[in-house]
Amino acid sequence: MTRACFAALASHWRHNPLQLFAFLAGLALATGLWSGVQAINAEARASYDAAAATLGEGQFDQIVPRAGDRIAQQDFVSLRRAGWLVSPIIEGRLDGVRVLGFDPLSSPSGASVGEIAEAGDLDSFLSPGRLYATAETAQALGDGVTVLVEDTVAPGVAVGDIGAVQQLLGRTDLSRLLVQPDQPLRRPALADVAPHLRLQSASQSADVGELTESFHLNLTAFGLLSFAVGLFIVYSTIGLAFEQRRGMVRTLRALGVPLPRLIKLMVVEVVALALVGAGIGVVLGYVIAALLLPDVAGSLRGLYGAEMAGTLQFRVSWWGSGMAIAVLGALAAAGGRLWQIARMPLLASARPRAWAMTLGNAQVAQGVGALGLLLCAGALAVWGSGLVAGFALLGCFLIGAALALPLLVRPVLTLAESTAKSPVARWFWADTRQQLPGLSLALMALLLAISANIGVATMVSSFRLTFVAFLDQRLAPELYVEAETAAQAAQIEAAAPRLGATALPLLVRDTHVAGQPTRLFGVRVGPTYRENWQFLAATPSAWDQVAAGAAAVANEQLARRAGLWVGDRVEVAPDRMLPLAAIVADYGNPLGQLVIGETLFQSLYPEVSARQFGLRTDDPTAVRRAMTDEMGIADSAITDQVALKAFSMGVFDRTFTVTAALNVLTLAVAGFAMLMCLLTLADLRVPQLAPVWALGLTRRRIGQLEVIRALVFAAVVCLFALPVGLGLAWVLLAIINVEAFGWRLPMYLFPADYAGLGAYAILAAGIAAAWPAIRLMRVPPNALLKVFAHEH
Amino acid sequence: MSIRLLLFLLLWPLSVFAQGFAGLGTDAQKFAVPQADPQFDFPADHGPHPEYRIEWWYLTANLTSADGTQYGLQWTLFRTAIAPGEDAGWSSPQVWFAHAAVTTPQAHFATERFARGGVGVAGVQAEPFRAWIDEWAMEGADFDTLTLTAQGPDFAYDMALQAQGPLVFHGQHGFSVKSVEGQASYYYSQPFYKIAGTLILPDGSVEVTGNAWLDREWSSQPLSDNQSGWDWFSLSFDDGAKLMGFQLRQRDGSLYSASTWIGADGRTTAYPDGAFAAQPVAQSDVGGRDVPTTWQVQLPDRGVDVRVEALNTQAWMPLSIPYWEGPVIVEGSHTGVGYLEMTGYE
Repeated sequence: MTRACFAALASHWRHNPLQLFAFLAGLALATGLWSGVQAINAEARASYDAAAATLGEGQFDQIVPRAGDRIAQQDFVSLRRAGWLVSPIIEGRLDGVRVLGFDPLSSPSGASVGEIAEAGDLDSFLSPGRLYATAETAQALGDGVTVLVEDTVAPGVAVGDIGAVQQLLGRTDLSRLLVQPDQPLRRPALADVAPHLRLQSASQSADVGELTESFHLNLTAFGLLSFAVGLFIVYSTIGLAFEQRRGMVRTLRALGVPLPRLIKLMVVEVVALALVGAGIGVVLGYVIAALLLPDVAGSLRGLYGAEMAGTLQFRVSWWGSGMAIAVLGALAAAGGRLWQIARMPLLASARPRAWAMTLGNAQVAQGVGALGLLLCAGALAVWGSGLVAGFALLGCFLIGAALALPLLVRPVLTLAESTAKSPVARWFWADTRQQLPGLSLALMALLLAISANIGVATMVSSFRLTFVAFLDQRLAPELYVEAETAAQAAQIEAAAPRLGATALPLLVRDTHVAGQPTRLFGVRVGPTYRENWQFLAATPSAWDQVAAGAAAVANEQLARRAGLWVGDRVEVAPDRMLPLAAIVADYGNPLGQLVIGETLFQSLYPEVSARQFGLRTDDPTAVRRAMTDEMGIADSAITDQVALKAFSMGVFDRTFTVTAALNVLTLAVAGFAMLMCLLTLADLRVPQLAPVWALGLTRRRIGQLEVIRALVFAAVVCLFALPVGLGLAWVLLAIINVEAFGWRLPMYLFPADYAGLGAYAILAAGIAAAWPAIRLMRVPPNALLKVFAHEH
Repeated sequence: MSIRLLLFLLLWPLSVFAQGFAGLGTDAQKFAVPQADPQFDFPADHGPHPEYRIEWWYLTANLTSADGTQYGLQWTLFRTAIAPGEDAGWSSPQVWFAHAAVTTPQAHFATERFARGGVGVAGVQAEPFRAWIDEWAMEGADFDTLTLTAQGPDFAYDMALQAQGPLVFHGQHGFSVKSVEGQASYYYSQPFYKIAGTLILPDGSVEVTGNAWLDREWSSQPLSDNQSGWDWFSLSFDDGAKLMGFQLRQRDGSLYSASTWIGADGRTTAYPDGAFAAQPVAQSDVGGRDVPTTWQVQLPDRGVDVRVEALNTQAWMPLSIPYWEGPVIVEGSHTGVGYLEMTGYE
């Protein structure tokens, strides 16, 4: 009996190949989008980890030469013999590959490529002439070098024993030294052992942590959104298939198939089909990720100077989650339908309900559900805290908005109908309204896709604008110099005018403000600050007050953590209270900062002298050369901020490329959902359209009206998607980002972008409607006539 | 797992090593193997023997401050070779590592260092004698007059040593057999150092004096596969005599022991397996491990029947290769002080 039942179930798909295609393709697309985003995410994280593990930079203090990029090996020996626990690093390029040599015995734990040693043979690691790299990097290195393939090494980097790398690079010196975190009790000053070297503390290295985290958050949010869109597609395709088989279920039961067995068989069927669809989807996701990966790799190359492999690894984390979601989503979607079938009286009408009638009670339930979810989102926005609450809010808000959509679209259509004059127009609106239940899932998916696009576009573009402003603010001086000694600092300040530069000394002292660890800055207020600093909130003459020593400026992190805002008073020194004149946005920095005037700082902390200087100049190259050549300042102590700014912008622009590509994909998936719904409905529509045809409307005209209907739906959905998308952006910027990083991104609006997105969405709907409309136009007249014949 | 730990697990499949013991590796491969009836050549033999796989300069000291408080001190430099011989620069197959520790009745400080041979960060030269790794050093014009220094993140010491007696040779004239299968090492000691100096501890500096015992040992041969660890004792009795004894614990529960009786004049008597016996009397919980920290030690031939008790039961060395090593107090038929090392309890 089981085989017969399966044959009956399968016959449905045989007779409706399009539906089978919709089912599998819907699942495949949803899974593909999800697993594609996950794959990119997983690959990005794995690359960060590998890069961090391989390089160990930023994590440890380093000793670098004051000038040049080489350290004599004898310096390493002298430092060790003096009690400095340092580990040698040599770095160079071989056939375009970054080659890194280290000493596994002295390297601080966490810096070494421990996993290489774990996987490989240590005797062989210490053997001369051997390197470890990924297969791709190994190929680039050519035949002259023995390279052992090791996937845990960062892409584009080959690592090896210090001796092996020295030999390969033909060098006998070193590039830099890593400083162990734990140092012995009695350690001489660095200047006493190696005055030509300088200590670069870990915190001074470019901190990209916050930026990469933002990048992750961006992708994670996108993964979530694409999942929501995908789930709607799965739900709608499965719902459709089950509705259409009600008649067959009745027949099978009438023939004596027990209900439990039938339900079991249908579950098996759903799971089997879900696995097939998801399997295709995983492959699709792989392709999506592989296509987008060059851009992601570009972003990472910018962030780390290290490459991400152009090939993907098949990680369980993303394909597993894609499969699981497809199966669970399919089962969840089927669950409701199976429940209905289980409760269906044996001889009940097999008429497919959902596709012909309004839903009555279901509509009320949907309304209650939407309201509940939106209220829940509101409550989370007001009272929730933590990143999980932020994402829960996002979920509640999106699904609530999607559920509310049909209920909101209906009054719009009723209104349009009431204003229509001609009979055809009245029929058009009435018929459109009648299509609403059948199309509602596709419309919800479209709503989610459009609003996700609006939301993410707003977030990313706001991020970009804010970040440009922030870079201008923080990297305004063309050069940044760090002095070794007070004498050198004085020399820099004195020499600046002669070199045609303006020196902006920065006084720094770590302290506690309002119980928060805070870095207190004393600045020389001038045009650089007045023109480039953007305040989140400020009194009218904030900089004047700061210059006069009558007020302070706090960064957003400090203000939020200590619950301070403009006008509140803070203690900048014992018994010295100042009001806050402004709050400044400070991205990419986890610490609290407080800025006061240079004069006040000097009177409060006379023992602190300025060691850091911003230099404003028209010719950074010449000033830099003068500083290194004439004044003996270490080249590594000078930062070219113009280059830094350009580099940072490059990183973000690559992020946008990835986001834009994902936008197009989401929209395409939503368009596909609409196409599938319309195609399925087209067959059911014949009996409904036959009377209109009989009344004199040509098939061509009917087809045109079908396309117009799709465009109307898309336009209405776009209208609703705008507030939803903006709400989504607000949640991402004002709630999730604050929870994740402690700073809020200002939200900017981009109406032209939204108009463009709307046009794309309507275009997608039009394309989706075209094929079903053409099919309708080609329905042979006798098929339409048969409708009347069957009625009698 | 750290690369270092792996390196050592690779070099010591049984993850055991110690003063008074020469087992390592699964076979001697191309390394030189100790032969019976050795002819030592001093001062050259105070220096390294790179053709052997492993070697150490292992010093322990029992110290007392002016107020009578007892302390223990350890300074050990190990050499291990990936391949026999020496090569210049980073190509050197020699790897050096060192342990330093100070034990007080209440606290135990321990730290370790690692270095590659060939580049000058660590090494040993015979004359003038100099053994060093980083800023740690044991050096002097000759082997009898040495200075000693080491430091960690929370302690340091500077000591001066003066030998009061001759070198002593264990086993058959310095050929020390370690198992019934015949694995052996070259093994001699200088147990007669007077030591004085300063301990720098978190609570401040302490001037101390006492006795130190330096072990020299090198070998290439493997442990027996069935040996799981050992208990090693160096005891200095108040009458001037000394006793070195160890027992290797076999997996089947049986023991292999060896010992050397050292008279106050430096004359030695080596005892074969079974003469020396040590029985655990009480165990201590050391960081969740049960470690025997009180022992009953017997050498009936010399009328020795003493209770050996740890000065500080928590003298665990939490290093890449963890083990217990600390000063002990001896009471019973003889009284005195000493050092106890135990491996295989981790």
